[in-house]
Amino acid sequence: MSDMPLRAPLRPLSQILPARDRGENPDIIERKNIELRHETQRDPARARAQGRLLVLGIMFICIFAVITVRIGLLSASEPIEPRSQKAGASIIAQRADIVDRRGRILATNMETHSLYVETAHLVDAQGTARALAQVFPDLDADRLFKAFTGQRKFLWIKKKLSPEQMQAAHDIGDPGLRFGPREMRLYPNGNLAAHVLGGASFGREGVHAAEVVGVAGVEKSFDERLRDPAQSGAPLQLSIDLSVQAAVEQVLYGGMQLLNAKGAAAILMDVHTGEVLSLASLPNFDPNNRPSLPAKLKAADSPLFNRALQGVYELGSTFKIFAVSQALQMGMVTPETIIDIRGPIRWGKFRIKDYHNYGAKLPVFEVITKSSNIGAARIAQMIGAEEQKRFLTSLGFLAPIPIEMPEAKGGRPLVPSKWTELSTMTISYGHGLSATPLHLAVGYAAIANGGYKVTPTLVPNPTVAKGERVLSETVSKQSVDMLRSVVTDGTASFGEVAGYAVAGKTGTADKPNPQGAYHEEKVISTFASIFPANDPKYVLVVSLDEPEDRTGSEPRRTAGWTAVPVAAEIIGRIAPLLGMRPLIEKQTRADITLTSTN
Amino acid sequence: MRGFLYALTVSLVMGLAYWAYQENIKTQAVLSYVEALQDDIGHARARLKILRAEWAYQNRPERLQDLADLNYDGLKLLPLSADHFGRVDQVGFPELPLLDQEDLRPLDVASRRIGQ
Repeated sequence: MSDMPLRAPLRPLSQILPARDRGENPDIIERKNIELRHETQRDPARARAQGRLLVLGIMFICIFAVITVRIGLLSASEPIEPRSQKAGASIIAQRADIVDRRGRILATNMETHSLYVETAHLVDAQGTARALAQVFPDLDADRLFKAFTGQRKFLWIKKKLSPEQMQAAHDIGDPGLRFGPREMRLYPNGNLAAHVLGGASFGREGVHAAEVVGVAGVEKSFDERLRDPAQSGAPLQLSIDLSVQAAVEQVLYGGMQLLNAKGAAAILMDVHTGEVLSLASLPNFDPNNRPSLPAKLKAADSPLFNRALQGVYELGSTFKIFAVSQALQMGMVTPETIIDIRGPIRWGKFRIKDYHNYGAKLPVFEVITKSSNIGAARIAQMIGAEEQKRFLTSLGFLAPIPIEMPEAKGGRPLVPSKWTELSTMTISYGHGLSATPLHLAVGYAAIANGGYKVTPTLVPNPTVAKGERVLSETVSKQSVDMLRSVVTDGTASFGEVAGYAVAGKTGTADKPNPQGAYHEEKVISTFASIFPANDPKYVLVVSLDEPEDRTGSEPRRTAGWTAVPVAAEIIGRIAPLLGMRPLIEKQTRADITLTSTN
Repeated sequence: MRGFLYALTVSLVMGLAYWAYQENIKTQAVLSYVEALQDDIGHARARLKILRAEWAYQNRPERLQDLADLNYDGLKLLPLSADHFGRVDQVGFPELPLLDQEDLRPLDVASRRIGQ
């Protein structure tokens, strides 16, 4: 208090007293003094306030400057991991592995390096170009040199390097050669299940990292799931069984070679859950080095073409069982009903005839076992176009199958634009409607599992809600019995596999030629099978493109001689792998008996 | 008195500064250690990944098939087929040697093992 300057009194007696004497109001003196005091205080107060505003302004500018600089730094700098955070599974930002139903690896990642050039740092452009061309024989030294000395400051040399190549490039020793870390997708099983897996390539690329994106197959359909960091690297499990897939592909390849076929497809599916255990299409490719679409070849002949999902073919006599099951379901016939099969049926200029002459009459079950086109056509006539269309729609034959593969959308069935009575008749024996082998597998699964429609899937699916019911239990049983007799007494006698009671139907369809007619000597032969017949568990569809058995005196192309033996061999190989014990059928009781029947 | 308080405060501030400096150094050391550990974990993960990939590659069905074919003379491995199934009583189990009665007494066994 003592330091403060003495304040002038507002009512100094020296002024008040004379004022009182003069009879004036002393308050006027006080007011004047207050005014004087305020006047002296005003300037310093203003100066102080201005000073504070200035400080405040500077502080705001500093804060904004700090924030701006920080934002700028954050956006311009490379991301670094926080040092003090604890390491957890959450830092795994790799693309998830793909494993089979038993956890065996189908696709994984491997760390590798990319090679790029920063031309500004190149010391010896010519020498480097020459040395690089030596390390990578596919590169051209002159072209590299031109690129190094041109306008470009940066160029990629190789996206993936093997450790040896990296060492060799490192040994060139030019500071302009730079390596960037890369994660590459590795398919350790090579060609196996190539069509299921599809393949991956790089998406957005930077020097320090590149995005791995799926380009086909499950890699594409599950791309988001595989890249999702929230899944913290949990592998994606597929319903595919690696050893079954290997056996299927091996036998299918052998069959394709023996029978001189140009392509083949096989699908193995669980009839109850719709899980696809094996999906093969030959020729295939190596997903580690996915080929580009060849320009010269037709798309359908490319190894990238998935015959099982995209190959829309007329599936021939395999369709007959659908007509018969539907007629059974509608109560129009029983397996013993006699059908008039006198032919050929003439319809305008179109004729429906049988492969052999089976006489005038056949019971319904023999229409299936003997594979009579006329018989199937007559049954379809009873059913009618509308009902047939409705039934095939309910089995999924009129739309692409919704399986988790982008390729499946390409498998849109070809249906007649006008579903006439003639179409009804031809479709009953598999001509006039083209579908994929997968459609056929779905249709046969419904017949085998007691009449429920299944939706095929590539992920393990143990608890599955039953689909729409399309056939009754009895009809399903009767149909499977008929299919069983096709193998025991009919066209698929080579399909018998001891212990596994195969049921199935052959189909040999002439391939359409570009002129709209049919090739004389090119067929698609298909065998759709169900096993074991007494308690169906799996459906297997095998389809061969242009097979020809040349071992006999004349080439044999029918499915009974081509697709059926291949399918039988496949079943013989995979049924034990699937853990199925052989069943002893009553009529063929042999010296070994079973401990249990499954 | 005031001088003493000043001296006390100054020494307290110095002491705290020294403590903070120590803590800072320790924290930095721990952070570097954690960083090194995380680096190790990362490398271990990468190595594990490579080993898994290599395991899958070495066990690919195609290679196993080739190996089985190559070593057919020694191993006689064939694809599994239906006639490989049989009843349990058809399996020729090796005859088990009769158990030593002493081994059936757990206490004795335990004490003997400890003794060894």
